[in-house]
Parts: sequence; structure tokens; C-alpha cells
Amino acid sequence: MSTPRTLLDKVWDAHLVRAETDATPAVLYIDLHLIHEVTSPQAFTELRERGLKLRRPDRMLATLDHSTPTTRADANRQRHYVTAQAEAQVHTLEANCRKFGVELRGWDSNERGIVHVIGPELGATQPGMTIVCGDSHTSTHGAFGALAFGIGTSEVAHVMASQCLLQRKPKSLAVEVRGTFAPGIGAKDLILHVIGIIGINGGTGHVIEYRGDAIRALSMEERMTVCNMSIEAGAKAGLIAPDEVTFAYLHGRSLAPKGEQWDAAVARWKTLHSDADARFDRIVHIDAGDVRPTVSYGTHPGMVVGIDQNVPAANSAQDERALRYMQIESGKSMLGVPVDIVFVGSCTNGRLSDLRAAANVLAGRKVASTVRMLVVPGSVAVQRAAESEGLDEIFRAAGAEWREPGCSMCIAMNGDLVAPGQLAVSTSNRNFEGRQGPGARTVLASPQTAAASAIAGHIADPRDYLSAGAAA
Amino acid sequence: MKPLRQLRSRTIVLPFENIDTDRIIPARFLTTTERSGLGKFAFQDWRYRADGSPDPAFVLNQPRARGAEILVAGRNFGCGSSREHAPWALLDCGIRAVLSSEIADIFRGNALKNGLLAIVLSESEHRYLLDHPGIELAIDLVAGHIELPDGGRFTFAMDAFARHCLIEGVDQLGFLLRCEDDIARFEARAA
Repeated sequence: MSTPRTLLDKVWDAHLVRAETDATPAVLYIDLHLIHEVTSPQAFTELRERGLKLRRPDRMLATLDHSTPTTRADANRQRHYVTAQAEAQVHTLEANCRKFGVELRGWDSNERGIVHVIGPELGATQPGMTIVCGDSHTSTHGAFGALAFGIGTSEVAHVMASQCLLQRKPKSLAVEVRGTFAPGIGAKDLILHVIGIIGINGGTGHVIEYRGDAIRALSMEERMTVCNMSIEAGAKAGLIAPDEVTFAYLHGRSLAPKGEQWDAAVARWKTLHSDADARFDRIVHIDAGDVRPTVSYGTHPGMVVGIDQNVPAANSAQDERALRYMQIESGKSMLGVPVDIVFVGSCTNGRLSDLRAAANVLAGRKVASTVRMLVVPGSVAVQRAAESEGLDEIFRAAGAEWREPGCSMCIAMNGDLVAPGQLAVSTSNRNFEGRQGPGARTVLASPQTAAASAIAGHIADPRDYLSAGAAA
Repeated sequence: MKPLRQLRSRTIVLPFENIDTDRIIPARFLTTTERSGLGKFAFQDWRYRADGSPDPAFVLNQPRARGAEILVAGRNFGCGSSREHAPWALLDCGIRAVLSSEIADIFRGNALKNGLLAIVLSESEHRYLLDHPGIELAIDLVAGHIELPDGGRFTFAMDAFARHCLIEGVDQLGFLLRCEDDIARFEARAA
């Protein structure tokens, strides 16, 4: 009998061009390389300077998302970038893709969007693959049972030229989630709760495999939200074993296998799970019933609290600084904290089900007059699907702005900014000081909590807005 | 990359934990298409006040920081985004080594590929350096130790390959390109 293997072991072993030794890391083959305008230009420059070509442009997926305006083009089809440099960066990717022969899902493409939204949407993301991108939220794709992780620009050049990376094998951490979520609790609440328990460095050096009946019960989009924030616990990647939910999601997508190839692929994908006796380096158990609507209160994603629980006392000068920055008091709950901005979007929560969750809360209600709310779909496909079921009308009628797809206010590179001192309830992934703009105060939350807070004008419990029969 | 064997410098200390890459280089400066010139934006929102004047309370603005090449930072330095702009910015403002009790994975990999030493020390050694800002250290990459002014030594571990690349100035992309036969064989087998 062969040694039981984890899902990580299986994907890792299948991509070894050269195994690692004490002296040298493994040479790991990369199946899919996602690129965007921010972390690719210097890599293309390196290739040019060294006279190198892209080894496998057919294994690349390129799009524009970070520096792109989320306002519509004007009557002259001009797009209004935040700076000339942002515009130049977008044009640089367009030029590089033309020159190096990469298909770009650019401004004219119906397939443009946040790189971690379009990969799965197109069926480019598949179980068992190795997937990288110069972007830490590449962990999103692990929801399909792909080993997917963020890399720096030097490594972007490595993959471009060799289709490989030099890697040491990470350790494995199993996060076992058992039980049932209470009504109104979403995947975002779960992952914030998990990061709160293991800490923002709790996953360092590890790949997290999320397991258990509560994970199996999640939809693909929810699984993506969970895996997306693995990096927020310091983990290299997040993984969820593929199952019927995964196969049903991928079936018929434009880049997914077809016909006999589909059947062969599914047969192969069904072997992609951790064997019963596989050993993990660490295991953490989570009870789904313990998860409340969860929000962050401090300046990193491990500083989280149940929405109706009290913010813990500061344990260090560090914590005190965070609470001072956030203007949040310990010993009180986050409920009632005044809100200036609500942002629904990002690679964490910018998919159709996220927009539906927010719309469900907002339908027939108004955003408070003191709040500016932005809803930014994760891709053109999400935008169109939302519009075809009238979600945009719900958002507009409530007084929210319905924007063009992109990363937008999550990273605040494109001019979608939170002003100094303003408090944003955001469905994004990072609440670091200044992440959404200098002096911006960010509270991370689920789309339901964000929408409820927009209506109330202060941080509000989404369960209070779901009881009127809207709970789905 | 130029070989790097020894580094001798005074330290500057940023005792805060979890210094993320958005703090090191805020995202609004990532619209550049160059690697160079990011030093002036390093720690921007910490270093400058709202009116644009340097904050004298921030250590990098103080005279003692001048010429110091070793940054001692609180636990879990470099967490967050994968932006290689973070090590580029630090190198561009003269930092050549970061010492902490824990350094985030992606940042560490990015740093080492650019010749920025990212060295993890034990809690007690880290504590000593945090408590003694401005002391002169001699980092010996070949021997794998750091020499203190009083003659004491901290030994440190570093991935053998990363260390070899730094000491010999090995170009990692060049190394990968020399694996071409194996890569082609892998592709043929997988096809």
C-alpha cells in the first residue's frame, strides 16, 4: 500500500519537474499564470532585457483590474484614470500582450474582470492545477482543489520564461469545520472567524486545507471567499477538495474540458482529496455553530469580533495603537459605530451571490443619507448577470452607486478612495492602516453586514434585516 | 545579482508587529512600471504628516537612521500583499537587511531574490536587538552568524539555496532556464 497523501501532496507531486534536495528547491511546473497590469510590467521588461520569450503564452490569462477606473467611459469613449501613470500602466500591459502574443481580456472584452473572479468564471481554474499570479489573493483558486498562490514580480518573470518556479514544499494545516451555520451567516463570517482564531501569522509556511461537512455545504462562490483570505492568515494557499459542487460549477464553462475530455477530467479530479489516513502537520477544529456575523475592529484581519460581542481589551501598545487609529473602544460591541462608506465588491466578495446577498438586504430600503455606498461587480460577466436579474436597479433605488468592474476601493489604486478619518464597512480582505486610502478606517464584513450597515448608517446586525421573510 | 557575503551596519528599529506591505509601500505608488525610484515612498504614510512634512517622531526621519542599512522590525514583518515593490522600496532607501522573529513568506522570498537579506532570529535574540537600537552588527552570510559589538554572536538559518544564490550572486532565472531539458520532458509526459 502506498503512503496516504494529502491533497497538497497529490497536486505537488504531480507538478514536480525536479524534486527538492537539501541544496536546491523543487522545480515546480505551473499550469496557469494569471497576470494583470500592476505586477507584470517589470517582468516583461526583464524578459526584453534578457532577450527571452514567453515559454507558454497559451498558459497565461491576462486582464486589467487594479488601476482601472470604475466609472463609465465618457461620451467620447474616454476613460478617466486617477493619474496619467495609472493610464500608462494599463497601456503598458496592452502593449506587452500584443508584443509577446498573450490574449488580453481588456477594455473591449466581455471577459474582463478581477483576475481571481474571471479565472473560475471562464473555467480556466481547474482542480489539480498549479496556478500563480503576482497577487496574494491567488489563493482564491484553491477553492477548486488547485494549488494556487501569490508570487512576486521576479517569480512572474520566472514563470513567463520557464513555466516553472523554484519552491520549497509548504507544510499542511487542516482547518476542519463541522456543523451547521446559523441563518444569516456567510462564508465571509467564517473566514474572518478562522483568522481570528489562528491569527494573521497562524498559517505562515503552510497551505490550509479547509475540510469538513460545513465546507462541503458551501457553494463554489462561498468556497472562493474562504480560500481568498487564506493569505490573511499568512498561509501560502488555501485548498478545498473538488466534489460534485465543483464539477457542476465548471461544467460548460468556455475553457473547461468538453465531451470525452470532460469525463476523463472528472475521473481524474475525483482522486483529488486527502486520503483517509493522510497526516497533516497541524489540525484546527472549528464549530460552524460558533460563527456569528463577524467584523474586524482593528488594523489587521486577525482583529475580529462577533458583531454582537464586545471588542476585547487592548493587550499591548500595538493593540492600543490599532484601537486609537480605528477610534474604536474596547468593552463595547461594534454595533452602532457610525459609517461613512460602504463598499461591496473585490475578489473576496464581488461575485453574483455576494451582490444578491447585499441586494436581498437592500431591496425596498434606502441607504442612510450620511452613507456613500459603492457596489462594484467583480467582472463584466457578474455585472451583466446582476443587471439581467435587476440587482443594479435595487442598488440604484436604494441610493448606492453601481460601478464598472475592478478591484476598486479594496486596494484604492484607481481613485476609489476612503477619505482620511472616514470609516468604511468593506467586503474586501484587508483592513491595514491606509489600505483604502491614507487615514482610512476599514471594517471588514460580509455583504449582508455591509448592506445592513449602509441602511442603518452605523454598523448593524444583518440578521435584523433578514427576519422579514427575506432570509434565503 | 552581485554576490553578498558580509554586511556591517548600525541598526534602526521599528518595533511594531505585523508591518504589512501596504505600510511599507502604499498601493497608490504601485502604478509605476519601473523597479527603481520607490525609496522616496517607503513607509510614506508613517514618514510624512498630512501636510507633507516629515514626521520627526518616525525613526527613518531621524539623524541616527542616516546610513543605517539593517532594519530590525517587530514580528511578522512584510505580511499582506505579494508586491515586490516592498523590497524594491526598502533597498532604494538604503536598507539591505531586515531582521525579525518572523517574516511573512512572500515578502521573504521577494526580498532574497533582490539581495535584501531577510533573516529570522529567535525570540530572545530578536528582543535583544529591539532593546538595543543603533548598535553595529556584522552579518556574515557565509558563516551564518551575526556579530554583536560585545563580541557575542547570533547564528541564523537560511534556506541553503537562497544563501548560495546570495553568496555566489547566482541568477535564479538562469538556474531555471538551465532546467530546460527536464521541463520539456515534463511537458511531453503530461501532454
